[in-house]
Amino acid sequence: MAHNSPYLLKPASVRSVMLRVAAALLPGIAAYVYFFGAAILVQLALASATALAGEAAILALRRKPVWLFVSDGSALVTAWLIALTFPPVVPWWLTVTATLFAIVVVKQLYGGLGQNPFNPAMAAFALMIVAYPLLMSQWPAAGFADFHTQLGLIFGERALDGITMATPLDALRTALHSEENRATVAAVIAQGASFGTLGGKGWEWIAAGYLLGGLWLLQQRIVTWHMPLAFLAALGLIAGVFHLINGDQFATPLFHVFSGGALLGAFFIVTDPVSGATTPRGKLIFAAGIGLLTWVIRTWGAYPDGIAFAVLLMNIAVPLIDMHTQPPVFGHKKGDGA
Amino acid sequence: MLRALFKFNGGVKPQTHKLDSVRESIGQIPLPAELVIPLHQSIGGTPRPLVKAGEKVFKGQMIGAADGNVSAAVHASTSGTVKAVEMRTMAHSSGLGTLCVVIEPDGEEAWIETRPVAWRSLPAGEVRDILRDAGIVGLGGAVFPSHLKVQGSRSTKFKTLIINGAECEPFITCDDMQMRERPAGVLRGAAILRDLLQAEEVLIGIEDNKPEAIASMRAAVANLGDTARDIQIVPIPTRYPAGGAKQLIRVLTGIEVPHGRRSTDYGVQCFNSGTAYAIHEALEFGRPLISRIVTVAGNVEAPRNYEILFGTPMRHAIAPTRAKPDSDRVIMGGPMMGFAMPNPDVPVIKATNCILVGSPALFPPPEPEMPCIRCGECAKACPADLQPFELYWFSRAKQFGKAQEYALFDCIECGCCAYVCPSHIPLVDYYRFAKSEIWDREREKAAADAARERYEFRLAREEREKQEKAAKLAAKAAETRAKLAAEAAATAAEDDPKKALIAAALARAQAQKAEIQPDNIEQLTPAQQAEVAEIEARRAQIREIAHTPPENKP
Repeated sequence: MAHNSPYLLKPASVRSVMLRVAAALLPGIAAYVYFFGAAILVQLALASATALAGEAAILALRRKPVWLFVSDGSALVTAWLIALTFPPVVPWWLTVTATLFAIVVVKQLYGGLGQNPFNPAMAAFALMIVAYPLLMSQWPAAGFADFHTQLGLIFGERALDGITMATPLDALRTALHSEENRATVAAVIAQGASFGTLGGKGWEWIAAGYLLGGLWLLQQRIVTWHMPLAFLAALGLIAGVFHLINGDQFATPLFHVFSGGALLGAFFIVTDPVSGATTPRGKLIFAAGIGLLTWVIRTWGAYPDGIAFAVLLMNIAVPLIDMHTQPPVFGHKKGDGA
Repeated sequence: MLRALFKFNGGVKPQTHKLDSVRESIGQIPLPAELVIPLHQSIGGTPRPLVKAGEKVFKGQMIGAADGNVSAAVHASTSGTVKAVEMRTMAHSSGLGTLCVVIEPDGEEAWIETRPVAWRSLPAGEVRDILRDAGIVGLGGAVFPSHLKVQGSRSTKFKTLIINGAECEPFITCDDMQMRERPAGVLRGAAILRDLLQAEEVLIGIEDNKPEAIASMRAAVANLGDTARDIQIVPIPTRYPAGGAKQLIRVLTGIEVPHGRRSTDYGVQCFNSGTAYAIHEALEFGRPLISRIVTVAGNVEAPRNYEILFGTPMRHAIAPTRAKPDSDRVIMGGPMMGFAMPNPDVPVIKATNCILVGSPALFPPPEPEMPCIRCGECAKACPADLQPFELYWFSRAKQFGKAQEYALFDCIECGCCAYVCPSHIPLVDYYRFAKSEIWDREREKAAADAARERYEFRLAREEREKQEKAAKLAAKAAETRAKLAAEAAATAAEDDPKKALIAAALARAQAQKAEIQPDNIEQLTPAQQAEVAEIEARRAQIREIAHTPPENKP
């Protein structure tokens, strides 16, 4: 049957959206390779291959058009986010399992593209940090090893002593939590080898790369300003308030924004359209909620970074947020008496 | 003079494709071999046919009379002979038939007698009847009978008359060309509407991608002097659908007219520029609406605007523009809101602002439909501030109640959401489906309600009749019982006329006997007297028995 109006369509596609999101990750990835070596590229390739193969297999099982969906780029973006949020030297099977869990369970078993209530990459991160807390906490220092050693870590025997160290967030939290050692933020940062100017050494530059890519996504109108701004503002605001109250015990807002996955999250994770809020006000509430929860988990929780759990918690709230933040329809705005 | 304009949210900026059809002036098309004029060309009732096969008609002669007030008359577009009044395929994607007057032109173009209407001295109601009988309907595409709009609201004072010359759909340039070439007619029509509605101001909104039309209209305003008083030409930003009535009202006045409300409740009324021109023709010259300017564009060699008589087959109108060989469809209207015609032989009607020839290259079939990823592009593009993807989910799940809750019926089907959708979802089709399902259900519900009411009424009536009957029966029975009791009491002695007669006779005989008895028994012996007394006693006993009411009489 012939299609109906409109007959003119804008040249847009899910693939184009997803591939541009992936492209926007490239500056951050370039910085990653510069500071931490090519191991991340291996992880990206592993995750990508697993995601595409896993997606193809389950699409075939579900009798869905395989090529149409495998080529839409959404599995690729999920895979890259998994690789970029995991430590770069986790063993290969951990990356593969996490990616399969994200694609097969969190995405496809809920109905595939567009149907998943939870962010697949964050669900995989949460699963793995609960299941393998040690492996998921072994973050290397900048320039830690040559590529050969890195490959050995991913595929062979693990001898991590002297290579990994606590991340800035982790170091800070551990130091501040230990009862006997009444450390201050300034002291911890001054002693810690992993700290850079704003966040972690090297990590702050990767974060800047994500910021650059994120701004390009804004310019491309793939993401709206609501979520990144609300997330960063909420995270910065609560960090700022507590920092002002007690600067010795609470790190600066800038440290929080440039540490961990904050900037990656702001533009690439929080903004996942499928599992996030959709109304303008809803987006603000959703992203601000993630920002607050992230800070709370980072400060008082047991895990080094809180974005994954914050995202999943807010994912649950999305239907409620959307329902209560429906924007007024044309002609039915306040004051119209309608 | 610069005016502060307002913005409506959303909207899109598709390629306009307008330049090709404005190179040549408005053209004329030779008379076709036959004109097929559908009687139903406007919102409302189908006009009643006034002519029969074989009848001669003049150009401008009324051939269909408005059926009720929500309807508009239809006229012969040229002089000739009525060949038939029969069902023909209508200019609608359904391909259904509609009653048409088929006219074979005689080529003489002989007009009925026309004379200007002294509308200034007529009461408003009569002017409205004249407009209805001149067949004036909204020429922007909605074909709503115009006479119904030439009245203000009872509650609100009328302020602003808006003439819609925005013409936001790609490809369409008929209003543009009319405003370029016939600005005085449009302005005079606007002035008539201004006076009829007693508007304080007239704003003629034209998208700023039509500088020639804007200049031409401004020059005409200057030329017309006092006739064009209070009329302003207002260029507005080019953004589809700025020509939607609600969007244009919003842009020019800042007022948002909600779904289900009349703009007159807000002191505003809006007419298409072509309609203003038609009103001018009808009142100043007495000429009914028999033709309109139509853009013929799309996959043709020489796109152009033509003044086309209603009833002209679209194929005939496309011919001079030379459709390219790969053309595969004819669309009535623009590419955003138009409808594919069942075949190219359907006639040009009052709603035909554009005949758009399509081809697979020009309007390629959409890529495969993907699932919605809730990216919100549609919500950003929606000029009605809806959440189109939510409506899509509800329509798809047939949750029509939720769809209505999310204001499905505020959707104007402009197509912006489907235009921007990266998942290539034919969103408007889902809304059309949901709307028609809801209408169907409401019709069914209304029918079911009516049936239930009928049934309940019948039950109630039967119950009432039963009770009435029972009451009647009870009354009757009571009456009968009372009568019987009375009779029984009254006729303890005379239950039966016959017995009464016998009793009476006996009584008489007895009396006679008693009268004569002293004589007869005077000389009787005591033994005879005793015998007589005994007989008398037996008789009395018999009488007694005879007078006792029978026990088992029914």
